[in-house]
Amino acid sequence: MAILVDEDTKVLIQGITGSFGGRHAQLSLDYGTQVVAGVTPGKGGQKFADTVPIYDTVDEAVAETGATVSAIFVPPPFAGDAILEAVDAGVDLAVAITEGIPVIDMMRVRAAMEGSKTRLIGPNCPGIVTPGTGEDSHGGCRIGIAPGYIHKRGKIGVVSRSGTLTYEAVWQLTALGLGQSTCVGIGGDPINGTSHLDVLKMFNDDPETEGIVMIGEIGGTAEEEAAAWAADNCDKPIAAFIAGATAPPGRRMGHAGAIISGGKGTASAKKAALREAGIEVAETPAEMGSAMVKAMG
Amino acid sequence: MNIHEYQAKELFEKFGVPTPKGQVASSADEAKSIAGEIGGDLLVVKAQVHAGGRGKGTFKNGFEGGVHLVKSTDEAAEVAGKMIGETLVTHQTGDEGKLVNKVMVADAVDIEKEYYLAILMDRENRCPVIVASTEGGVNIEDVAEKTPKLIHRELIHPLIGIQPFEIRKLASKLGFSGDTAKQFGKLLRSLYKLFIECDCSMVEINPLVTTPDGQVLALDAKFNFDDNALFRHPDIEALHDPSEEDPREVEAAKYDLNYIGLDGNIACLVNGAGLAMSTMDIIKHYGGEPANFLDVGGGATQEQVRNAFKIILSDPNVKAILVNIFGGIMDCDVIAKGIVAACGEVDLNIPLVVRLEGNNVEAGKETLANSDVDLIRGDDLADAAEKAVKAIAA
Repeated sequence: MAILVDEDTKVLIQGITGSFGGRHAQLSLDYGTQVVAGVTPGKGGQKFADTVPIYDTVDEAVAETGATVSAIFVPPPFAGDAILEAVDAGVDLAVAITEGIPVIDMMRVRAAMEGSKTRLIGPNCPGIVTPGTGEDSHGGCRIGIAPGYIHKRGKIGVVSRSGTLTYEAVWQLTALGLGQSTCVGIGGDPINGTSHLDVLKMFNDDPETEGIVMIGEIGGTAEEEAAAWAADNCDKPIAAFIAGATAPPGRRMGHAGAIISGGKGTASAKKAALREAGIEVAETPAEMGSAMVKAMG
Repeated sequence: MNIHEYQAKELFEKFGVPTPKGQVASSADEAKSIAGEIGGDLLVVKAQVHAGGRGKGTFKNGFEGGVHLVKSTDEAAEVAGKMIGETLVTHQTGDEGKLVNKVMVADAVDIEKEYYLAILMDRENRCPVIVASTEGGVNIEDVAEKTPKLIHRELIHPLIGIQPFEIRKLASKLGFSGDTAKQFGKLLRSLYKLFIECDCSMVEINPLVTTPDGQVLALDAKFNFDDNALFRHPDIEALHDPSEEDPREVEAAKYDLNYIGLDGNIACLVNGAGLAMSTMDIIKHYGGEPANFLDVGGGATQEQVRNAFKIILSDPNVKAILVNIFGGIMDCDVIAKGIVAACGEVDLNIPLVVRLEGNNVEAGKETLANSDVDLIRGDDLADAAEKAVKAIAA
């Protein structure tokens, strides 16, 4: 089951011939993910790693291979266009890994996507992993840049705005033997495609997911919105961690969206809202796994 | 990225947002000739630094105030001479103050009433929002707290942009009518165009003023640009003034490192922004104070790690270093080799705690063990943070 993607999901990669996109396309293939196509304008007809056909357009790649998910590794100046191309081709899911897309571009992309069937994850995110059942979770669906081997097929859903912090949580859940149903990196930008709340709802409806780890950080109010919904609607235990308690106001902490502005988006306000909703909040990033165990009782 | 007031004024002029007559000067002589060109019997001389609170600031040479009204060209030259090349301390600069390289000399207009006008990116609604108030010239956050009714917000559609009815609504709420409303409308349309075309994340006019002779003018401006969009605005990037920033942050940017200096004494070096923030948090949790935020990124090289060490050690407050690496795809051995190389170059005489986890971690630990670097090994994140805090207490 899991959410969004599973071992049968057919994935195409926009920007497969770039060094970053190519490296991670190979790692996904090695993980056992069905990477069925690549797209790089002007390189149609070539092959990636001698096996994966490359097309000039997403439209063509979808028509020829039946891919339903696109992973986007296109550089920032062209990424907005790449996302809209995936939407136009009618993929179910577009996962934008690219970091550094101008905010105004994302504002327009989100508005232009209204009413389409495509869900956008990211940008500026590590992607999605539904672990497989093989050794080191091999055989799963890895879309993006996360290290596959740290996962273990299991029962915890993970949703996060950060990359390495997600890996840290995944590592802890694997070490505790809980494993993961699906891990979703929603990205560190101020305007993104899918929120904490969207993913919480999906995990709540997923029979394989028994508990949820939600990782947030300073900036915006997405964690508060998710908590308000969860208080009355979520049937599953949730553990959370919020990064940035020591971050100075007004400074962007690496992620474009991680900024306390006008006194809004502080870690303490988020933690209070989460606790208010009955969510188990980990005091430190070292306790994300144990907080999940505690929440599950 | 922020810019100076005189640069903001130049952008306003380019886009047709009216401002009082004025120009920037780099010397007392220049200030005098600009004052002569502007004419009039009352001018204002303003120190150009990014920090707020200039008017109430004090120069280190004892001269009071970074904003002065002057009545003659000689007086303009005299005041400019006392500011240029001197260091201004305001409540926002910290005790070290900011060096003033330039002053703005401008017409001191008669003010009838002050207003507030800003455009910023509203992340919850994913569109620009115009914020306007009849309460200008004061701290807008105080207005929002005490009299929220006096703050008007208008969300702008991300694809169709600002519409005439939205301008009429705002003009009406600010009490503008007739020619003043027309001028306000023209100003707001120009400001919106500037906001979008220059990829601003915020542009704020405080105060916007009306004058007794019926003009609507932007008297001051504060800009914030979207750093992600600077690649398509080389002209705006050229306005960047590194002397306004922490030199360590400027140095870090050269090596693609994301560094923010803080007041504590435990430096940290981490891969990934979320993990870097969390590492600061866990230091605090165990009773320490983080000296910095430092994200070396997902694909750090040995060279970057070496430079990162140099930058964190240039902070004299640093009494211990905590390295926290979760190598997902990144090779832990690359980090380990970077640490060894860095320690070979700098005279490390403070405790170094290293926590490595993830890809190729065994090789990384071996590289560290086989080197002559004196370090404390952290078994996991909590253990490492605790050891770093204890290393200072000892």
